[in-house]
Amino acid sequence: MDMEIGRREFLEKTGKYVMLFGAATKAWDFILAGTPEAAPDYDVTRHWWAFYIDIEKCIGCGNCVRACKAENNVIREPFYFRTWVERYHIAPPDLANLHDERLPTVDSPNGGYDGFPERYRDGDGSKSFFVPKMCNHCTDSPCTQVCPVGATFDSPDGVVLVDKTYCLGCRYCVQACPYGCRYIDPRVQTVDKCTLCYHRITKGLTTACCETCPTGARLLGDLKDPKDPLHELLRTQKVQVLKPYLATGAKLVYHGLDGAVR
Amino acid sequence: MYPNEVELQWSILIVLYPFLTGIVAGAFILASLERVFNVEEVKPTYRLALLTALSFMIVAPLPLQLHLGHPERSFEMYLTPHSTSAMAMFGFVYLWYLLAVLVIEIWLDFRQDIVRMALESTGWRRVVYRVMALGSYNVSPRSLEIDDKIGRFVTIIGIPSAFLLHGYVGFLFGSIKANPWWSTPLMPIVFLFSAIVSGIAAVLLLYIVVCFLKGIKRSIPCLDTMARYLFYAFLIDFSLEMLDLIHRNYEADESLKTLNFMMHTRLYMSQIVLQIIIGTLIPIGLLALVQIVSMSARAREGIYVLASSLTLCGIFAMRWNVVIGGQLFSKSFLGYTTYKMGFATREGLLPALLLLVLPFVILWILVTLLPPMKRDEAAH
Amino acid sequence: MRDLFRDAEHLFRLAGVFLALIVVFLVARAVLTPATFGVYGHYRGAALAEIRTRDIVFAGRAACLDCHDEINVVKKTAKHAGIGCEACHGPLEAHVADPSTVVPEKPDAKKLCLVCHSENLAKPRNFPQINPKEHADDDNCIKCHDPHAPLPVKG
Repeated sequence: MDMEIGRREFLEKTGKYVMLFGAATKAWDFILAGTPEAAPDYDVTRHWWAFYIDIEKCIGCGNCVRACKAENNVIREPFYFRTWVERYHIAPPDLANLHDERLPTVDSPNGGYDGFPERYRDGDGSKSFFVPKMCNHCTDSPCTQVCPVGATFDSPDGVVLVDKTYCLGCRYCVQACPYGCRYIDPRVQTVDKCTLCYHRITKGLTTACCETCPTGARLLGDLKDPKDPLHELLRTQKVQVLKPYLATGAKLVYHGLDGAVR
Repeated sequence: MYPNEVELQWSILIVLYPFLTGIVAGAFILASLERVFNVEEVKPTYRLALLTALSFMIVAPLPLQLHLGHPERSFEMYLTPHSTSAMAMFGFVYLWYLLAVLVIEIWLDFRQDIVRMALESTGWRRVVYRVMALGSYNVSPRSLEIDDKIGRFVTIIGIPSAFLLHGYVGFLFGSIKANPWWSTPLMPIVFLFSAIVSGIAAVLLLYIVVCFLKGIKRSIPCLDTMARYLFYAFLIDFSLEMLDLIHRNYEADESLKTLNFMMHTRLYMSQIVLQIIIGTLIPIGLLALVQIVSMSARAREGIYVLASSLTLCGIFAMRWNVVIGGQLFSKSFLGYTTYKMGFATREGLLPALLLLVLPFVILWILVTLLPPMKRDEAAH
Repeated sequence: MRDLFRDAEHLFRLAGVFLALIVVFLVARAVLTPATFGVYGHYRGAALAEIRTRDIVFAGRAACLDCHDEINVVKKTAKHAGIGCEACHGPLEAHVADPSTVVPEKPDAKKLCLVCHSENLAKPRNFPQINPKEHADDDNCIKCHDPHAPLPVKG
């Protein structure tokens, strides 16, 4: 009983952005529990991968963007990102023109690779925050639905992957993804996208972006593991997904996602 | 724009593909008017329409192959087609339509001539015709009767097959829920009717050109009938497209501002000026004029040529607006981009122009091998 | 009956051609389809193993502790406890594989610290952010802050 109340209190604090490293500490324990040597034989049926991003913790440092590019050999020039960070700037309502829709200003300089330059000053009543984005690894992914040959697929453990030796490069999946997370790698003329660091998570490591996130804004989760901290977060926090009306079954859940985020 | 949305995924080659298959489907529908619905007046264009369909059909997969990142792997669509993907259907629908419908129908209709030419010609032509005849030279009345019956059956199957051939392209776009410019259940139907319009216009123009080149007198009732069907198809096509626009504007969902802005700026020339005014309203007006005011045959012919040419431009613009237009705005609805078309690149203007000319080259070869009209078939 | 066969002979030949094409297609399909296709779903099953065997670039926090535990002792009760070693020191799998020859560079403290801590309206309000000029007159951060245990300020 005591332990339960203590844990709930602890997790409530975790949810608040004051305790920036609370969730990161939890993630640290979890990561330490899964060391590479401890998972030599990987059983696909015992995992169901999901991801949690806490907007209220993201500081736009760009560590995740750089780490992903390094880990997965993502093309540096030009553009193309498996994960990127957007900055939203929402001006206060214009009382002179209330009928005009005020759209947010979004920028993502080089995907956030070099961090974000100071651009907006405090005090004008506007709101600004960072939104990290990546593949949502949807359960009902529109991209795997439209692939004509089965080159992109849902793995049995819930990761949407691309078979680069089979892809035709027809770009149908790039059109079908509502989140803009797929692109054609010009070096191989096939589709590329976030693989949830499949080569790492199947060895007990965490994704490169989670590994290098300093504030614990990102968290890899395994929903089939009853001890995974993601379960507690889903139970206690208000979470959202991007474009829920498209019913893609996105497994990337956000905490603190503002309604203005597209 | 999302960081990954830096280039357009589908280029002018993908604009070309529905244009080509549209003419295939439309030409075939025109041919079936005579064969199945017994519209006698368009009989002179029957064979020409079939050959037009075949020549465009042969060229149709080429822009797709050129566009693929790995065209050498395209056969995978035949090995492991993904049943949930409209694009996977392409391989089989294409093969079915080409072999089971077009080739059989053309073969059955021309067989009498093929056999005759196999027996009469010399040199390499003889070899070609003998292969085409499949080594069987029976042209007795009974065999021709059987040919006719089977041909009629094939045409009947061919009509829904033609619908499928072009309708699935519309479905391919219409089923993408991520893109509001494309995602509408009307898309396959709009594509289909614009295909019929483009097919009739193409055959009308080709009929006049081929008759002129071969010195055959054109049949005015044939032209009048084709123009009438073009007019009807156009009315339906225009209504459907306007319905889509009106519906969108009325429902005014979150994508409307973005799409309207795009239509009035980036797509202004190609959509409002080229597709709607020049490509649809003016041809409809001209064709309506012919129905209402009586004029000489020459005047009518001139109007038909003008209307058909404008129509083909308009239908091409429609394909452009759908394919390119759907990629000019970001899926975030917060940004726009431009289409930079290369010239002599793999997906540039030059290959596109060459691919547009190629069907006519093939058609010329086909018309030489299998004459669609005889000199003595000059119509009254 | 014989008449019918004679009059329809060309159709039988045509059917024969089609049949041959179909047989060729089916044979080609059996030969060319990858062996592991369809094992887990509509994709090449071997792809899962192929994707899994990529090289690792970031070693993961646990790998550092084997040799550098003394840093962790200082770090784990301080403000930067939740930050992985490679978040600041970059990818280190190469170093883990061969510690003596692959020696990573020490990061440039001032540039690195400011990536996270320079003030920006978009950062969460309660996150420690400073203007380097106002805070320390553009001085180097590690003069006063131990990067592994930044608070309390030293000296």
